[in-house]
Amino acid sequence: MASTIVVSEIRKWYGDTHAVDGVSFEVEEGEFFGILGPNGAGKTTTLEIIEGLRKPDSGNVTLLGMPAWPRNQQLLPRIGVQLQASSFFERLTAREQIRTFASLYGIPGTEADKMLDVVGLADKAETRTDRLSGGQTQRLAIATALVHGPEVLFLDEPTAALDPQARRNLWDLLREINAQGRTVVLTTHHLDEAELLCDRVAIMDHGKILELGPPATLVRGLDAPTRIGVETGMLSVDEARRLFPGADVATDEVSLIISTREPASVLSQLADRNALRGLAVRGASLEDVFLNLTGREYRA
Amino acid sequence: MTTTQARPAPVTPAPSAPQTGGWLTKLLSLASAMFRGFRRDRAALFFTLLFPLVFLIIFGGLFGNQGATPQKVLEIGSVPLIDQLPAADRAELDKVLEITKTDDRAGALDKVRNGDDAGAIEQSGNTVVLHFSAANATVSGALQGVLSSFVQSANVAATGQPPRFTLDTQQVEDKSLDYIQFITPGLLGWAIALGATFGAAATLVTWRQKKILRRLRLAPVGIPTIISARVVFTIGVALIQLVIFVAVATSLFHLKLTHYWWMSIPLVVCGTLSFMAIGLLAGARAKSSEAASAIANLITIPMAFLSGSFFPITLAPRWLQILAEVFPLRHLNDGMLDVMVRGKGPASVLPEMGILLGFTVVISAIAAVIFRWEEI
Repeated sequence: MASTIVVSEIRKWYGDTHAVDGVSFEVEEGEFFGILGPNGAGKTTTLEIIEGLRKPDSGNVTLLGMPAWPRNQQLLPRIGVQLQASSFFERLTAREQIRTFASLYGIPGTEADKMLDVVGLADKAETRTDRLSGGQTQRLAIATALVHGPEVLFLDEPTAALDPQARRNLWDLLREINAQGRTVVLTTHHLDEAELLCDRVAIMDHGKILELGPPATLVRGLDAPTRIGVETGMLSVDEARRLFPGADVATDEVSLIISTREPASVLSQLADRNALRGLAVRGASLEDVFLNLTGREYRA
Repeated sequence: MTTTQARPAPVTPAPSAPQTGGWLTKLLSLASAMFRGFRRDRAALFFTLLFPLVFLIIFGGLFGNQGATPQKVLEIGSVPLIDQLPAADRAELDKVLEITKTDDRAGALDKVRNGDDAGAIEQSGNTVVLHFSAANATVSGALQGVLSSFVQSANVAATGQPPRFTLDTQQVEDKSLDYIQFITPGLLGWAIALGATFGAAATLVTWRQKKILRRLRLAPVGIPTIISARVVFTIGVALIQLVIFVAVATSLFHLKLTHYWWMSIPLVVCGTLSFMAIGLLAGARAKSSEAASAIANLITIPMAFLSGSFFPITLAPRWLQILAEVFPLRHLNDGMLDVMVRGKGPASVLPEMGILLGFTVVISAIAAVIFRWEEI
């Protein structure tokens, strides 16, 4: 069976800027796919081309076996798009919003009300959307994208500006949606989110895909050293450098950090010296992969 | 689990075949979303419904009863010319003058000087003296006219001869025609222009900014359906304005509608379409609702003045009257005057309706060409 989404060699210029510069990938049915990248990497433009909102300057996208451009009335009921949290009609309640969107898909109001239950907003049905919290607004936005039971769901930075509780709550909801067999494509710059949720991620920068694969594979492929930290004073810097010649040693007032590719031997020697107070071991994460690929300099 | 919120219930399975409803259901659903939003928008309610009514009440109150309120006049000592009038003539005089007797001559003159009373009258022998203030020229003029006519009639009566000439004045319109008859259609036209233009401009910009336009593009709903929903909503608001305006003008200011007043309904529909087109033009590319409002103001303010909404355009120089023809409000006001108060037949406003619809087509076409879905 063909992939749910096939993106081949899409390019998009804005003046002289290559917003998207030859991007290709496929997303399988039921997959949770993430597009990661710094601001201006071309994530959103890529997503908009896949959704059929923009025409690529070259290349093409096949969505559920049909071309994504031009706007296709057959395709639209089968995809759900969650836009930024503010994309609601003015001064309507949560129930009125979801019922209005549902009616555009021919879904009766009572069905729409059930979707408020799904996202845990049943008790906020009569509240106007401008009075909902950030997390509630995001869940309503996802509910409006899901109300017609789409096969593919697109989410553009769904957890931006949410507090940690609201983010975790939303992750549970997204996992559940994916577990029902729906394909989910999400853009984010929260790396922990991508690592936790996505089956595969594409890391983008300057309009190109730099790496693509399951988060764990990308992290392993980085071959980054493990960072072992103990309380400062457990061991002098000189002694640490003498003991672990292959490792990189650094210190500050709080911790002594040993970056090594042989964590087992370092840990056992620290244990022998009874120097494990304040121990913290951190392996490479998707964040290291990301920073390694996209650089550390700040981009506004 | 670290969350405190209720656990989500399972998502309902996707329907096997994509469903799409009829366009009419979608249209009505969108129009009702717009209407609910409007009903809860106090600022919009004020500007489309109450604000123009305030103007109607001010204009109606200022000019509606012109000449009907008697002017306050003081009678110093005894004025036999007034005191000895036959009862019927005296009643006639009391309609225009509210006469108070006083013996304090200096105090009376002070009151006239301060503007508390329009004038003071005294009589010595056969000379009637009217004291007036130049500060209130119009009222003083009217007062002099009234008094001199009474003095003339008294002179005629003193000769014992019946008067040879009489003057009878007749208005060309219905006898009941008042200032309110002219100002109601004009202000109503202005109110409709205000509501439709600003509503369309602001909504278009806000919907683009908030990405509602984009959300609608992703739903299986045609652009004609979205625009028709807006048209239904805007015409609905305009007809509410029509009903409220006519109700207030007839009950408070004795507006009398002529036989074919109901022709104002199709006229208002055509006018609303043309104002909506102006609003769409203002909002087609504007980046903020402030910018869209500024453009809408730039069009509606001169349009209201040149279309005879506040004063008759016939007072303006010829070239300005010709220029005013480019504004749809000019034609709407003209048409509404014809059928609401001038008593013309239904067919008389067909040219106006045609002009308004033609205007709509041209302006909408320009708006469609420069329109942008997204801000870039």
